[in-house]
Amino acid sequence: MIQFINVSKKYNRTYALREINLRIEPGEFLYIVGPSGAGKSTLIKLLYRQIRPTSGLIRINKFNLTKMKNRNVPYLRRELGVVFQDFKLLPRLTTYENVAYAMEVTEKRPTIIRNRVMDVLNLVGLASKSRRFPDELSGGEQQRVAIARAIVNRPKIVIADEPTGNLDPQTSAEIINIFENVNRQGTSVIMATHNSEMVNQRPHRLIEVVQGQIVRDENKGAYHHAAIYR
Amino acid sequence: MRLFTVKRHIKDSFRSLKRNGWMSVASVSAVTVTLLLLGIFLALVLNVNKLSSEIENDVHVRVLIDRGTTKSQKQHLKTELKELKDVATVQYSSKTNELKKVVGHYGSSFQMFSGDDNPLNDVFIVSTTEPEKTITVTQQARKLKYVTIASYGGTQAKQLFKVMHTIRQWATGFTILLLFVAVFLISNTIRITILSRRDEIGIMRLVGATNAYIRWPFFLEGAWTGLLGSILPIIALDFGYSWLYRITAVQLTSFGYSLAEPRYFLFVLNLLMIIVGVLIGAVGALISMRRFLKV
Repeated sequence: MIQFINVSKKYNRTYALREINLRIEPGEFLYIVGPSGAGKSTLIKLLYRQIRPTSGLIRINKFNLTKMKNRNVPYLRRELGVVFQDFKLLPRLTTYENVAYAMEVTEKRPTIIRNRVMDVLNLVGLASKSRRFPDELSGGEQQRVAIARAIVNRPKIVIADEPTGNLDPQTSAEIINIFENVNRQGTSVIMATHNSEMVNQRPHRLIEVVQGQIVRDENKGAYHHAAIYR
Repeated sequence: MRLFTVKRHIKDSFRSLKRNGWMSVASVSAVTVTLLLLGIFLALVLNVNKLSSEIENDVHVRVLIDRGTTKSQKQHLKTELKELKDVATVQYSSKTNELKKVVGHYGSSFQMFSGDDNPLNDVFIVSTTEPEKTITVTQQARKLKYVTIASYGGTQAKQLFKVMHTIRQWATGFTILLLFVAVFLISNTIRITILSRRDEIGIMRLVGATNAYIRWPFFLEGAWTGLLGSILPIIALDFGYSWLYRITAVQLTSFGYSLAEPRYFLFVLNLLMIIVGVLIGAVGALISMRRFLKV
């Protein structure tokens, strides 16, 4: 379970987030929507402890992120899967090695890693490209590698920051399919996105952030990005 | 750390070295050039040191004994000399023995002074614990009974000590300076290769790698870079020095000196270069990546 209690984040003198209260139950699929600069990415960064809140309390399962020491951050991140708009793959590692790396850091046995990585690559449809390097893959394929890496440790929560931001509509749909499959297996998915078409076609719980505050929290809510902010 | 994690780190470090391509070549070359310079200079300095101490140790105090001194008086003088501060050894050389040396150096024409015609004195050759103490020991020896003259080569020896002292100081200074340059050059090159990989380190952190886990392959890669970089300088220095030793051997031995014997000397020098290369490579990598490991 994820809990935000009165969380604010200030950069210099500007509030990126103000007094956020949010509770996400296990197994939920949550969209975070809002215009650019609204605070979506800040919210996501707080979740994987890239940044600390200026005030308030954040809890993810057994972890208290507000009080967490830097040396414990890796252990939190092993329980999360994080996917980014720019994929963030290790350029010198192959598809297989990129996915395996997330398991290797947890010191799992080589045989366990081999089996699980191949399973996950099959799941995202990239088993045949396991020896390719990231720059030999298309954008959609790179994003699928990133998702494979995010789910390989069977995390309870997957966080995605604009995962379809760089992809065409068809590839975006394939990516969302994968996320929904992951969610069906009981993993919470939290996704920050601009993509109103996708949000409306695949409705899930939706929170809308505007100027650092949650202005809407709806189950199967719709989002009309262009209509409101034109 | 588990054994398979250790294997993984070693494998990762080699893989990274290979996939970094030209960056690895650049790092290894920097280490090669720096270690070559360091090696040449070290060989030079160590030999200058060796030769200078050999020359210095050649300086002894010669205590000429009064003619007509009896055996027991000589024994008394020997004991007195031994008891002087900073005296290491006292060796007796009879006037016959001294003449032999003269004949050996200047030719058989001096043989005519043999027997009762020998104008030389019996001598005590006194060596001191440190070459610089020769002067004070000479002054003290002059005051003793049965001593005709005590000498050490006068102003020439004084000048020699001064020159040797200066050479040693400069050589030590240069070695330290060069060592700093080596550290600076090698760690700077490694810093550049790591700088180009700061994003990678960030991603490793994002997927839950601890700092220690991230550090190991970089640390090992730095060490391999140092090790690979030391191969060429070692080969060059070993061949070069052995050649130099051979061609200078004849001339130097005729003066009673020699360069350091290659087998042991090169072993120490090679070991030193490997240690410097590996240590600077590994530690340089750790220092360079430190700031990228903050959350």
